[in-house]
Amino acid sequence: MSVSSSSSTTAQPGAALGLPEPSPEPGASGGRRRAGLLSGSAGRSAGLVLALLVLCAVGALTAGERFASVDNLVTVLRAAAVVGIVAVGMTFVITGGGIDLSVGGLVALSSVWATTLATQALAADLHWGVMVFTALAVGTAAGFVNGVVISYGRVVAFIATLAMLVASRGLAEIIAGRRTQIIDGVPGFADFFGASVLGVPVLVLVFGLVAAAGWVLLNRTTFGRRTFAVGGNPEAARLAGIRVQRHTLMLYTLSGLTCGIAAVMLMARTTTGSSTHGTLLELEAIAAVVIGGTLLAGGRGTITGTVLGVLIFTTLTNVFVLNNLSTSVQAVASGAVIVGAVLLQQRVAGRASSGSGRH
Amino acid sequence: MSTTRTPRTAARRSRSRALALPTALAVAVLLPGCVSNAAPEEESAEAAAAPAAGSGNDAPGDEVVIGFTAPAADHGWMAAVSTAAVAEADGYEDVELRQAEGTNDVGLQISQVETFINEGVDAIVLLPVDGAALTPIALRAMEEGIPVINVDREFSSPFAARSTVLGDNYGMGVSAGTYICEQLGDQPDAVVAEVAGIDSLPLTQDRSQGFADALADCGLDVDNRVAAEFTVESGEAVTANLLQAAPEIDALWNHDDDQGVGVLAAIEAAGRDEFIMVGGAGSANVMRDIQEGGSVVQATVVYPSTQAADGIRLARLIAQGKGLSDLVENEVPRSMTLYAPVVTAENVDDYLPMAFES
Repeated sequence: MSVSSSSSTTAQPGAALGLPEPSPEPGASGGRRRAGLLSGSAGRSAGLVLALLVLCAVGALTAGERFASVDNLVTVLRAAAVVGIVAVGMTFVITGGGIDLSVGGLVALSSVWATTLATQALAADLHWGVMVFTALAVGTAAGFVNGVVISYGRVVAFIATLAMLVASRGLAEIIAGRRTQIIDGVPGFADFFGASVLGVPVLVLVFGLVAAAGWVLLNRTTFGRRTFAVGGNPEAARLAGIRVQRHTLMLYTLSGLTCGIAAVMLMARTTTGSSTHGTLLELEAIAAVVIGGTLLAGGRGTITGTVLGVLIFTTLTNVFVLNNLSTSVQAVASGAVIVGAVLLQQRVAGRASSGSGRH
Repeated sequence: MSTTRTPRTAARRSRSRALALPTALAVAVLLPGCVSNAAPEEESAEAAAAPAAGSGNDAPGDEVVIGFTAPAADHGWMAAVSTAAVAEADGYEDVELRQAEGTNDVGLQISQVETFINEGVDAIVLLPVDGAALTPIALRAMEEGIPVINVDREFSSPFAARSTVLGDNYGMGVSAGTYICEQLGDQPDAVVAEVAGIDSLPLTQDRSQGFADALADCGLDVDNRVAAEFTVESGEAVTANLLQAAPEIDALWNHDDDQGVGVLAAIEAAGRDEFIMVGGAGSANVMRDIQEGGSVVQATVVYPSTQAADGIRLARLIAQGKGLSDLVENEVPRSMTLYAPVVTAENVDDYLPMAFES
């Protein structure tokens, strides 16, 4: 991205939502910002929504009521919660021009640390919130370390977070002694996260809250605009007075925090902490983010797209299992659907931006 | 040996010592009756010789050095395999165990075996990271005159091991399927679901094949099948979807009790209890659930985590030139496939002490 485009991205959250740069809505000169926002998010996300709808139609046709039921919807959303929350943090990091390969390891480490017998005993005496706090604190701290190494140590993000992935999983194995740590004797924890509010499971609510908070943070705050600027062109961002290093540090810390939240979700779902939690989570999260329309090179990102990307993946798995497909067929179909979804998204986005140049 | 002897092993050891003599006597008494179509005079002569050849197997013999290497203990079952092997060696005062650090690196394990060869150990117990990859070095050990006991993952050459101890993955499927047949035999429309392990592994394919074959025997088949990855997380994720796919289930077999923690969490979250569940591998958790009752888990199929411990015993016997005392023949057999028993509330007390913690 050029300097000028990144600065205009900074000024324009709409462009950041995926609209290719010079994209005047015909006859919308007065409210360019607003129109840009609408056509941008609508344009790019419409393709994903369409892909998701096609997937749902296939599900409803092939599995009937087993797919189109409230229970199944809840199952899909619960499945989306863990990877979705991590993907929201990942969206920030990638938009800011980085990458975080360590998320799987951080989720494992947070879950294990929070479910050690000592923490469980402490939480049983005080409140299950101790366990939640521990997971969040461990995730955030590890993310902070990532940020320090990358922004102040000047280690390439790919290497720094890869090292963190390996190291954090190793540390999780040491702490857990390679055992699965089952949560028992902590009253309230399972009850709280297993509960539903007006039919919506707490896990899904948390996912919704994190996604909403992420959307506001990225699109409606100075922090978000700085993220686009840093990702689009760090040098221009520096010249514009943004403290790039500090901002990068905050992005990785944020990603670490979402890993901590995801670890709590996973602890609630599986009733365990384990060093094997979050295996290949980094790939799932990055795939969902990129399919959602966030630019892997940075400077452009969309929370809405990320959430849709995650939902496409989890719905896909759900439809596969409902149809009792073998894992080999699932693998082939996944590949086809991923490419199909991206193609569809590009076509729809291309039409919405009326043939203007794309990066 | 640095590891201290656990009370459990000590108890098992003294019990097996206590049993050794009566067992040998029983063998001596019963053998002639079993094979009575041969000339009786020869039979009784052999039977008389048998106790002398086999009864003293647990008594201290020649000092032997056994090298032991296994993959990294990165899950409950594998951790239990190594622990049991070390405990077994500890129980024999005539065994010195050289245990290599558990690794998932083929190259490192090969060099561990090379070290054993250079040190001139008397026998090697090898649970390879990859059976085919460790075959050449095992062949070399055998050529150098060091007997190799192959455990769990088979070598690609029959010359690479003096004796092979294998779990029975196909048999696990058969045991689980047969048990489910017994429970549901009279309902040909019963819905049977399966939560497999990593689908690309031959062991998973063997387990599923055995399960399908056993079910076919009583007119059932697998209606819904998903594959997890032996982790709690994957077990929970695939089961959550599976329960949506099959609104009514009569029986469910889960290949692996490690991932079973997640499978059970998903079942509990969905509030389902209309079916019976059978576990796999035999973890202590699941056995405690079976013992207490009240859970959907009614049974589990054991994939013995004592394989390497058996390997240690065989290595000791081979190195000391002894045979298996409960067999008539003089030599330790070439290969052994361990049985995959079904553990239910009735026999769980017998198996719980040998179960692994996941």
